Formats: sequence, C-alpha cells, structure tokens
Amino acid sequence: MAAHLKKRVYEEFTKVVQQQHEDLSTKKLRLTKPSKSAALHVDLCKATSPADALQYLLQFARKPVEVESVEGVVRILLEHYYKENDASVRLKIASLLGLLSKTAGFSPDCIMDDAINTLQNEKSHQVLAQLLDTLLVIGTKLPENPSVRMRLVEVACKHLTDSSHGVRNKCLQLIGCLGPVEKGVAKESESQAAKDVQKIIGDHFNDQDPRVRTAAIKAMLQLHERGLKLQQAIYSQACKLLADDYEQVRSAAVQLIWVLSQLYPESIVPIPSSNEEIRLVDDAFGKICHMVSDGSWVVRVQAAKLLGSMQQVSSHFLEQTLDKKLMSDLRRKRTAHERAKELYSSGEFSSGRKWGDDAPKEEIDTGAVNLIESGACGAFVHGLEDEMYEVRIAAVEALCMLAQSSPSFAEKCLDFLVDMFNDEIEEVRLQSIHTMRKISNNITLREDQLDTVLAVLEDSSRDIREALHELLCCTNVSTKEGIHLALVELLKNLTKYPTDRESIWKCLKFLGSRHPTLVLPLVPELLSTHPFFDTPEPDMDDPAYIAVLVLIFNAAKSCPTMPALFSDHTFRHYAYLRDSLSHLVPPLRLPGRKLVSSAVSPNITPHEDPSQQFLHQSLERVYNFQHLDPRGIQELLEFTIRDLQRLGELQSELAGMADFTATYLQCQLLLIKALQEKLWNVAAPLYLKQNALASAAAKQILEETYKMEFMYSGVESRQVVIIHHMRLQAKALQLIVTARTTRGVEPLFGMCEKFLQEVDSFQRCFISELPHMQGSFVDKLLDLMPRLVTSKPSEVVKILQTTLRQSTFLHLPLPEQLHRATANIIEPTGESDNPLRFTSGLVVALDVDATLEHVQDPQGTVKVQVLYPDGQAQLIHPKPADFRNPGPGRHRLITQVYLSHTAWTEPCQIEVRLLLAYNSNRSKASARSPKSTWSESLEALPPSENGIEGTIPFSKPVKVYIMPKPARR
Amino acid sequence: MPEIKVTPLGAGQDVGRSCILVSIAGKNVMLDCGMHMGYNDDRRFPDFSYITQNGRLTDFLDCVIISHFHLDHCGALPYFSEMVGYDGPIYMTHPTKAICPILLEDYRKITVDKKGETNFFTSQMIKDCMKKVVAVHLHQTVQVDEELEIKAYYAGHVLGAAMFQIKVGCESVVYTGDYNMTPDRHLGAAWIDKCRPDLLISESTYATTIRDSKRCRERDFLKKVHETVERGGKVLIPVFALGRAQELCILLETFWERMNLKAPIYFSTGLTEKANHYYKLFITWTNQKIRKTFVQRNMFEFKHIKAFDRAFADNPGPMVVFATPGMLHAGQSLQIFRKWAGNEKNMVIMPGYCVQGTVGHKILSGQRKLEMEGRQILEVKMQVEYMSFSAHADAKGIMQLIRQAEPRNVLLVHGEAKKMEFLKQKIEQEFHVSCFMPANGETSSILTNPCIPVDIALGLLKREAQPAPRGFIPGAFPPFSPQSFRLVSPEQALKELGLAEHQLRFTCRVHIQDPRKEHETVLRVYNHLRGLLKDYSVQHLPDGSITVESILIQATAHSEDQGTKVLLVSWTYQDEELGSYLTALLKKGLPQST
Repeated sequence: MAAHLKKRVYEEFTKVVQQQHEDLSTKKLRLTKPSKSAALHVDLCKATSPADALQYLLQFARKPVEVESVEGVVRILLEHYYKENDASVRLKIASLLGLLSKTAGFSPDCIMDDAINTLQNEKSHQVLAQLLDTLLVIGTKLPENPSVRMRLVEVACKHLTDSSHGVRNKCLQLIGCLGPVEKGVAKESESQAAKDVQKIIGDHFNDQDPRVRTAAIKAMLQLHERGLKLQQAIYSQACKLLADDYEQVRSAAVQLIWVLSQLYPESIVPIPSSNEEIRLVDDAFGKICHMVSDGSWVVRVQAAKLLGSMQQVSSHFLEQTLDKKLMSDLRRKRTAHERAKELYSSGEFSSGRKWGDDAPKEEIDTGAVNLIESGACGAFVHGLEDEMYEVRIAAVEALCMLAQSSPSFAEKCLDFLVDMFNDEIEEVRLQSIHTMRKISNNITLREDQLDTVLAVLEDSSRDIREALHELLCCTNVSTKEGIHLALVELLKNLTKYPTDRESIWKCLKFLGSRHPTLVLPLVPELLSTHPFFDTPEPDMDDPAYIAVLVLIFNAAKSCPTMPALFSDHTFRHYAYLRDSLSHLVPPLRLPGRKLVSSAVSPNITPHEDPSQQFLHQSLERVYNFQHLDPRGIQELLEFTIRDLQRLGELQSELAGMADFTATYLQCQLLLIKALQEKLWNVAAPLYLKQNALASAAAKQILEETYKMEFMYSGVESRQVVIIHHMRLQAKALQLIVTARTTRGVEPLFGMCEKFLQEVDSFQRCFISELPHMQGSFVDKLLDLMPRLVTSKPSEVVKILQTTLRQSTFLHLPLPEQLHRATANIIEPTGESDNPLRFTSGLVVALDVDATLEHVQDPQGTVKVQVLYPDGQAQLIHPKPADFRNPGPGRHRLITQVYLSHTAWTEPCQIEVRLLLAYNSNRSKASARSPKSTWSESLEALPPSENGIEGTIPFSKPVKVYIMPKPARR
Repeated sequence: MPEIKVTPLGAGQDVGRSCILVSIAGKNVMLDCGMHMGYNDDRRFPDFSYITQNGRLTDFLDCVIISHFHLDHCGALPYFSEMVGYDGPIYMTHPTKAICPILLEDYRKITVDKKGETNFFTSQMIKDCMKKVVAVHLHQTVQVDEELEIKAYYAGHVLGAAMFQIKVGCESVVYTGDYNMTPDRHLGAAWIDKCRPDLLISESTYATTIRDSKRCRERDFLKKVHETVERGGKVLIPVFALGRAQELCILLETFWERMNLKAPIYFSTGLTEKANHYYKLFITWTNQKIRKTFVQRNMFEFKHIKAFDRAFADNPGPMVVFATPGMLHAGQSLQIFRKWAGNEKNMVIMPGYCVQGTVGHKILSGQRKLEMEGRQILEVKMQVEYMSFSAHADAKGIMQLIRQAEPRNVLLVHGEAKKMEFLKQKIEQEFHVSCFMPANGETSSILTNPCIPVDIALGLLKREAQPAPRGFIPGAFPPFSPQSFRLVSPEQALKELGLAEHQLRFTCRVHIQDPRKEHETVLRVYNHLRGLLKDYSVQHLPDGSITVESILIQATAHSEDQGTKVLLVSWTYQDEELGSYLTALLKKGLPQST
C-alpha cells in the first residue's frame, strides 16, 4: 500500500514537471506546490500514534491549499482515513475534507462518491456527523446538480434513524439545505423522496431529543427560505411544539408558526374545545401573543418581534393585545388610561386623586372572566412591562410596525407608548419616542398624553430631549391649551438646558406651521399685548422671546388675520429675525409693510424662489464680464462673492449652492489677482518678495478646490471637471511662480514633467467633457501639447503664462441639490475658565460632542484634531460606534478624546476641531463612474497614511483650558 | 396510593402567620414560620403543639424552610426553635438570613420594650436561632438528607424572596411563598422552570384582582411628587422600612437624576440604613437594570437621598421625606405629618394599605379634622394621595406561574376564603388540575402517582428500543434488593435464578366453512392474511402451513364434516397480542372468494 502511495506522489511530481514546459513563467511557483500533498502523506505515514497524526493534521489545516492540489490532498486524506482506527483523527480528516471542498474554484463532485462511501462503514457518531457536514458543504458547492443533491438527501434520510442526536441533527440540516424545492421537475422515481421531504422532517418534530426537534424546525424554515411552500398540515404540529420544554424548540416553533401564518393567512382553523373557527393568521397571532408571557426571555423577544410583522391580523384581535381586563374583588375596574380619557372628555383635567377613585364599579360575572385566555389578550401590556429590556424594546418595535399599518390601533396604543417614556432604561425611552414619531401622522395627542410626553422634556439626556423635539415637530395637537402647554414646557426646557436653543426653535417652527388656527387665539397672551395699554417691549435677545416669536410667525404664514394682532415692535422684531434667523422665520405678507410685500412681485410662480433667481442673475452677470476692464472684473467678483455669502446666511436651503459658487468665484478672483501682479513684467530675480502673493494665491486656490470637491454633497461630474480645471490652473500658476523665483533649471524639469502628466491624465479622465470647455485653459493647452512635450522648461513656462492669461473663465453649472458639510462642536463649549487638571504623563479624557450635517460616510472621514500650544498636533480617529444617525443627512459625534502632555507651568488653551479627511482616489472617486479612470491614473501617487490625502477643517475650533501638573513624587 | 399531606397551621384561608406542614414520601417539612399581626395573645404564633404534644419537634420535622424575611413568614422562628425547641436545619436564602434578624430584633423590641410583654424571646434567642440557619443560593440543589432535596427559585416580592421546590424521589412540591410576576424598579419577576411538581402551594393574596400596568402608577406617583416640589411644597411618604421603601427610593432617585432636580430627598435613619446596606450587597438579587449598571454605580448608593434629621422638617423650601412607620400611627412619620398638615402646598402620599383606626386610614377616608392626643384638633389642609405599590402576583400572575410550572395539583394559601374560591374554580377550569384550599388545621391529601426508577441492562434497552419501541419491554425482575429495581432480559433472569425456560404456547382452533380442499383453503387464508397484514411477514411454507411472524397456522379438514376446515392457530406467550388479533380475524371468516 505504501509503495503504491509513493508512486502516486511521484506521479504528481511528474505531472507538474510536464506543466513546466507549458508555462515557463510560473515554473518556480509550481515546483513547490505538489510537495504539499506529498509532505502531508509523509507526515501521516511517519505518525506513530493517533495523537501525532492529529498534530500533523492540525498543522496542515492552518496552511491554505491551492486549487490544483486539492484533489491530490483529498485522495491522500481518504487513503489515510480508511486505515485510521482512531475516531478523533478520522473526525479531523472528515472536517478537513469539508474545508478543502470549500476551496474556491474547486469542484467537489469528484470526491463526492468517496465521501459517501466513507459513511457506509463508519461507526463513530461524531465522525458520522462530521462527514454529513462535509457532504452538506459539497452539496452547497454544487447547486446546479439536482441528481447529486437527490443522492445526498437520500443518504441523509438513511441516517435519520441513527441513535445519536448529532447525526440526526446534521441529516436534518442537510435535508433542509439540499432537499428539493421545485415541484414536478423530478422524475417519478425521485419525486418519491421529493414529495416526502416535508413529511420526513415533520416526523422529527416529535423526536425525543430537543436538539433534533430544533434542527427539524430549522430545516423546515430553511426549506421555506429556499422557496418551498410548506404544507398547512404542519401548522397543528408546530402549535404543539409551542408547549415544548426547551426554549430553543419553542423559539424555532414560534418562527415556524409565523411563517405559516404568512403563507396561509386566510385559511380557517377550528378552535379546540368549541365549534367555532377562525382565520389561521388570527389563531397564529393569538398563539404568538401567548408566547409573549413565556418563561424564557429569548422566546419572549422572538415572539414580540414577530408580532410586529403580522399585519393581516383582524383589528379586534389586534386591539385585544392592549386590553387587560382589570378587576378588583371580582368587580370590573377601569384602567388608569380609561379614567384619564374620561376625565378629559368630561372636561375636567388633572383632578387630585381621592382614595378609592379607582374603586371598582360593576360586578363581574365570575364565569365570564377568563384569566388565562388563549387569545391575544394583553400581550403587549405584558411585553411592555417585561423584566428584560430586550423584550420591551422588541415590543415597542412591534407596536410601531403594527400602528403604522393600522390607524385605529395607533390611536389605541398611544397610551402605552406614552407610558414607555418613563421606562428605566434610556434605550427603551428613546426607542419609544422614535416609534411615536414614526406613527405621528396617524395620531392626535390628547392633552393628558401631551402632558406626559412633555414631562420628558426635562430629561437630562440630550438624546432624549432632541428625539422629543423631533417628535413634537410632527405631532398633531388637538387643542389650544395643548399648544400652550407645549410652549410652556419647551420654554422651561430652554431655561434649564440653554444649549437646546436651536433644537427648540426648530421644534416651535414646525409646531407653529402645523397648528396656525390653534395658535391664533393664543397670540395676545403670548405677546402680552393689551387692548388699551402699551406693554413694555420685550428683550430682543431673550431666547425664550425668540422662541415665542418663531411659533407665532410660522403660524402667521398660513393665517393672514394674525398680523393684525401684532404690536409695532413685533413688526420690527419680525424684520430683525427674518434677517438674522432666516431659516426659522418664513417670509410673511404683512399689511402696509413694503419691506417684504413689495419685494415679491406677483408674476413669479410660487416655486421659483426670488432668492434663487437672484443667485442665478448674479452669476449670469459674472459670466458675462469678459468685456469689462480688469479693475471692473475684480470689483464685480468681489461684490458678487459678498452677495452670495450673505444670501447663504439668509436662505438656509440655498446656503450650499451660494457658498459653492462663492468659493468658485473666489478662486477665479485670486487667479486674476495673481495674474495682475506686476512681477510678471519684471526680471525674475529682482522680485523675490512680491511673488509671495502669487504663490499664496496658488496655494489657496488649491485648498479651495479640495473644499469644493469634498465638502459638498451632491457635486456632480460636471462640477468636478470645473473644479479639477481650476486646480490645474492653480498648479500652472505654481509652476510659473516657481520658475520665476528659483535659479537653475534642474528642479524645473521634474515639475514640468509632472504638470504635463497631470494635463494628460485630466484629458483622459474628462474626455467626454472636453467639448464643453471651448476656449478654456486646458483646451488651449491641449492644442499646444505637442509643442510643450518637446520644448524646454523655460519655454513651457512661457507658454503656460500666456495661455493662463488668455484663457476664458469657465461657466460653473449648478447641480440640483448642494449641501455643504458642516460641523458644530457642542461640547466642550470653550467657555470654561477652570482648567482641566491632570498629572502629566497620564491621560485625561475630554468629552467631545458635535453635530455633523451633510457628511457622507462620517465614520471614514471625520477626524478630531487637537492642537497643543507648542504647535504639536494630534489627529484622532473616532470609533465608528461614536457616530449616531438621528436623521437623514445628520450625524452626531459623541466621543472621548484622550489628551496628554508633559508638565506645564501654567494652564494653557488647546484647540479642538473637526477635520474632514479626503482622498481623491477613494470614496467619491469610486462612487462616480466618469472619474474612475482618473482615480486609476492617480494610483501612481504615493497615498499618505490610511489613504488620507489631506484634511479640511470644517468646524470652528474650540478652546479648552488644560493644565498638566507635574507628577508628585 | 402514596400521598402528599398538607396541613396549614397558619395562612390557610387567611393572611398572616404563614406556617404550612407538608409530609411527602415520609418526610415532614415545615414551610415558613410566621406571626400574625392582628393578635397579641397566643394566637399570634402557629400552634406548634399540633405537630407533637410532648416529643421533641426535631424528631418530627426534617427541615424548616423560610421563604422571605417578612414577619408574617418568619416572625415565630425564634419562638419555635428556641422556646418550643427545634434543632434541625432551617433553610433560607442569603439576603433573608441577613435581614431576618434585624426585623426580628425590631419586632422583639417593640413587643418587649414598648408594650412590656414578658415571656417573649430574647436577643440571644434570635442569635441562637440564626445559628441553625443554612443559607442557600438560587437554583442550588441542597440535599437535606439522602432523599430530601430542596431548591430555591427567584420570587421577586422583596429582596431575597424565594420559591422552594421540595423533592423526595420523584415526588415534589413547590411552595411559592409570596411572589410577584411583574418586575418593579428594584426587583425582577418571579420565575420557575417547567418542573411539573405534584403539588404547587401558591399564595393567593390577589386572587380576584387583575392589576393595571405599573407604569401608570409610577407615572402618577412621580408626577404628583414633581408637581408638589415645583410648587415649593413638601412631600411626606410614610413607609415601612423594607421593601416598598427601597422601590420608591430607586424610583425617585432615578427620576431626580433624569430630570436634574435639586430638591432634597430624605430618608429616616436607623433600621433603613442598615437595610439599604444589604440591598447594596445583594445586587444579584435585584432586577436587570440595577445588575447591569452597578459596575458604574450601585443604584442603592443614593446620590440625592440623604439621611433625615429631626431638625430638617422645619427647613424652608421643597423636600421629599420618607418616614417610618407606614400607617402614620406613631413615630417619626406622624411627627412630620403634624408639622406639615396645615399647609395646602404640602402633600402626603400613602403607598400602601392602612389598617382601620390609624391616622393613615382616617385621612385616606377623607377625614379633614383629626383629634390628636391631648384633645388637640389638627386640621389637615395638605393634599392626601393614595398610591398602591403592592408586590404580590395578581390573578393573572398566579395563573401564569401555574402555566409555567405545570403542576399536577394546586393548593392555595395566604388569601381570603371567598377569593380563593373564585381562583380555585378558575384553575380547575383552565388547567384541569385539582385545586385545594384547606383551612388552618385542616389536612389535604393529594394522591400522587410516583414513578419508580428501574435499572435496566443497556443491552436489553438497546435491543428493545430499536427499531421501534413497542411500549413494553419483555424482561424480568430478578429478586430485588430494597434500594433499586433491576430489569434484565428473561434469559439472564433465568440464568441468575438457575431455572430452565418454559415455553408457553397458546393454541386455538377456528372452524371455517369451506368446501374446498385443504391446500386451497390454506391458500385462501394466506391470501386473505397477506392482504390484511401488510406490515407483517406472512409466509406460506411448503408443508402447507402459514406463518405470520412466529405464529403458525395449519388447516385440517374436520374429521366429520369435510365442508368445515379447522384452522389451528398457535402462538407463544410473547406474541399474545398478535395471536389473539389473528384469531379474532379468522373467526370472522374468510371473504367470499370471487
């Protein structure tokens, strides 16, 4: 036998040697490969004891095996398998077979027969189970071969009677994964097994081992996932499994029941012990509800989650889940919710509670009380009161999903959701607030509910408060008292947590615009106007007063009668706020005020915003400046830039657009200014100093172009071309300046070459855009390209200079939507006078809390920078988990920054700021198809660490006072 | 039939003085040993003379189990063990063991020092008694002796409250003590596995009540307190030192934390501080939230709640004070109440039930003018609120526990007879198990059907379990030792006993009217049987007989009447079932041949 094997190994050697001739380039690599199987064989033959052999196998398993040698290795392993007496070694071999057949590119059908053969004589249950696992791997590798699968399934069926649970488990798993799903495809003889797959699995629902029962259910679910329509007959079997002793079984059974309820929602099933019949989905719903009070929390979570997705259930069943018939001493009692509702509808609110207020009313018929009904009664009441917060969260999620599909249910579950606002775990509170927001278009809050909701505004967690503001933004309130209450509570919130200012104003803006009619009667009171007396003018800088005004002005937008109630100073304040907080205060049509009303000409269609028009007009003007004198151009640019920046401040929705164009114009302005410099007319060496402006301009343009490319979301390829073009111009400028200021030609060679390369790659990348760039710098440059390549650097520079001067200003097309990435550091506030003291050499953790807007992929791009007074800078990469996503386009960074330094003599300030890291080869480049070639060409450039090419600071720096003390000895 | 006997000495159709005797498989166990709040004479303790008149209790009881530290469950313990005399083991959980002596000492002080009773147990007796206590962990199986084992399950209710499973052989009883199925701010919910005891002894305090969600109560409570504090008023919450007080503290503490409130909260000193200390220690017995967060901060290390000093009551500004006792009948809570009652800004919140005659009961029933000692009239202007925070399972909770444990019988204690009646009926109706509710001193006997473990040879089991278990195993019990039964194969039994095997065969003659020849008849019978018995191997042997498995059928012509054929059916004792089935089948006759 050994001799035979050796021969085999040598055969492999010779086979490979033959390949050498075919493919010379891979010769060396190939030579070492066959030794893999050979070495394994030698090792296994050398092994004196099973322990040794096992060691060899373990070592072997750590190394990867190439596709070509897999089969050889498998053969060797199988040879050894038959000889081996020790079960553990056989087990390892079996698992290796599975691993090897997973090798990509290897088709395992050649070893299938052998694998099946090994099953025949195997006695050890563990090895059997492992072999079946291997077969499963082989089977999944051959998805398009039904006959192989058929065979494997038959093998599995044969071993289903094995006495070991492990083997039965694997068999079921195999049947689940490979069992035939299609009907009628198989031939008559095969369809026997095909038909029975469900029955075979179903028979094991009653297996004596819970693990096998679980495996059976899982296999059934697997079949369902693979597209087999499960038979309805399984339902009753599955229902029995719900009472199983083991939680895994119950958990899987709940899933199975859910699947069946989705498959046959409308079938009718009888209710045991009565003659009635109900829809299957209702019955299943009831059963799953029952599982919400299961003994195991895993099952409870499972059940609560699944409830959410059962939307076909009838409404009276659904509503029962919120009903828990209260009683006391056999008399019916009303729930606190009902009492609250009654108090509200009777017109009285918030009465002091008397003892016995909840005294039970009517007698209950003892026979009618069903204490532990099979129905859905109170499932959510139980779920929401559960001990484990996982269950409570699952229940809240389920409530949310069901309420979204059923408005009447939404109305009913409101009370319970509101109750969850007082949960002891913050996650649950947050989740329920979010849920409420999601269903808010279906509901109107009653006053007492609003009261409870608003009470949470005092929560010390910022997350909770912000979520709640978000909720209030889209809540419907039913009465004017409600609005008043909300306002009062929000103002209270404002005084307690002044940092919430923005969020509260925003909240009031929506509250006002949603309920104009409810705000109207409150206006005199809110503005404290008096019919006869003049009241003192309120302080304009008071955030609370601003909050009130925001509410009123937004309500006034759709309520033309309201401005009549304003007093004089209100109008003045309006003008001021419209100017300073334009994103919160809408334009109003005020009578007798030409301020606004005259500006709006009637012929403008409503969706064409005047400010948008303004933007376009001013751009038009700029693009037509060609005929102006240089001085005029500069002035025009300066004014336009100023206008645009102002516009951006006023109109939040146009801010991105305005900033973007302003930046672009700024670049152009810089370029023009640089080219106007006198230095160009003078001999180079004389004006070393003056060129500072030109080179600074070039540098700034470069920076600005990076900002334009990476800080704005919504930039399209049309803009990218222009941006890159501008960058090219800046680089040309840089080259010219360098050429004029440096002596000697040596360094210029390299620079010129690099520049020409860039021009070349620009051309390749944006070839499709070039026709639009008539008369531009690059257009002219490309015409001169043949000349440039051959000429000397000094000539190149000369050509560049003239082209740069003659080139036209490119028109920057504007995209539909453009948003500028912004960041605002909320914490640290930078106002503290108390230095953060810590021992030098140790670290101190600084909490950083910032909001980010319109940042794509913040996890990858946003960094925190810490600048120490000695100029040392530290770049910190926050963890991905530190970013939260409270809404579309918005992110919140809550992280800790570790500071450390050597000892200082006195406290000093450090600067903390956020940076946006960019990399032109990455993210954006790959996202946009026209640029992909561009990125490839850039690959030649050595990327800096972690693929960060550079960073753009995009938040205001915050100063933190720190003081590292010397360590005490 | 073996039976389990249960006799409540207290708490049978009654609340208070819990003490239940259980005899199970020859073992006697006493569950709880409490006192009655309502009595001051001999009736306050259970009547231990029921157990034995003159012998030592130790000889009659195998162990005593205490479910939790409330006095109505452990108040009589020193009296029982030291004065009546019991030296056997007493089992309780660790927190119960820690807190129990504090309460007993407090109880002793009130009775002896305040009321001046004599012939009561002493501090030393409490100490001696506690020395007999064996502490158990949750889910730890404790072997009391060789056969009797007990196991504790979590019960909620108060810190350290446990349900106990008592098991002898395969008979078992579960005693719930007091339990709570809904979690609260500091404790989790009771939980038990599907242990399928023969008997579940459950409390039934709220047998006829289904309670509202706890969230509403909590919210109400917090809102009331918050509003009063915001108005600048003072809130008085009279509590008993242990249990609900901690829950309310946690509730207020977290609320203060969440809402960033600054008003001080005070807690009257003494007993409570010691108790809080234990709450801090036994974190594993609390709910999920406290267990999860204690690494950062132990929730019982209150940040906002400080110790109360008598002088603080006169401080201006808002404050919240927890003061003992809970019914406003004496002590600190009453003093503070008198000080604050005159101001309508203040509020008193009664978190529990008040006994008739106490100040608490009077103000709750709406009395606004109270006559205090010395004929003083106290006018109550402050707001009076009632909030029920009770930690017993309601009817639904009891049913839920029964569903979880799946007992074969249920026995109700610790509740009023009338209410029990209702629950009993419900239990019988829903679960189809019998339910008992004995009164004090009355014995209920529950028949059990214990299984007897038998040792079986592995070879025999495998042989018989494969291919399909037939439901019975042919085997034999050789002469057995009293400890265990052994089931061996018949062959081995014969060998062990030194006997020869006898074969027992049944034969039966069946007459069939068939004029045809014998072999034709045989063939007909053969075809008939083959058609019917598809699962069995039916063979036609060359000698003219038929075998069905091992049953032999032969046909002969009747000696007198050739038209009648006699079928001789013969089978061994082992095939009795199939044999008699075949005979019955053949007796019906053959189908008319076509």
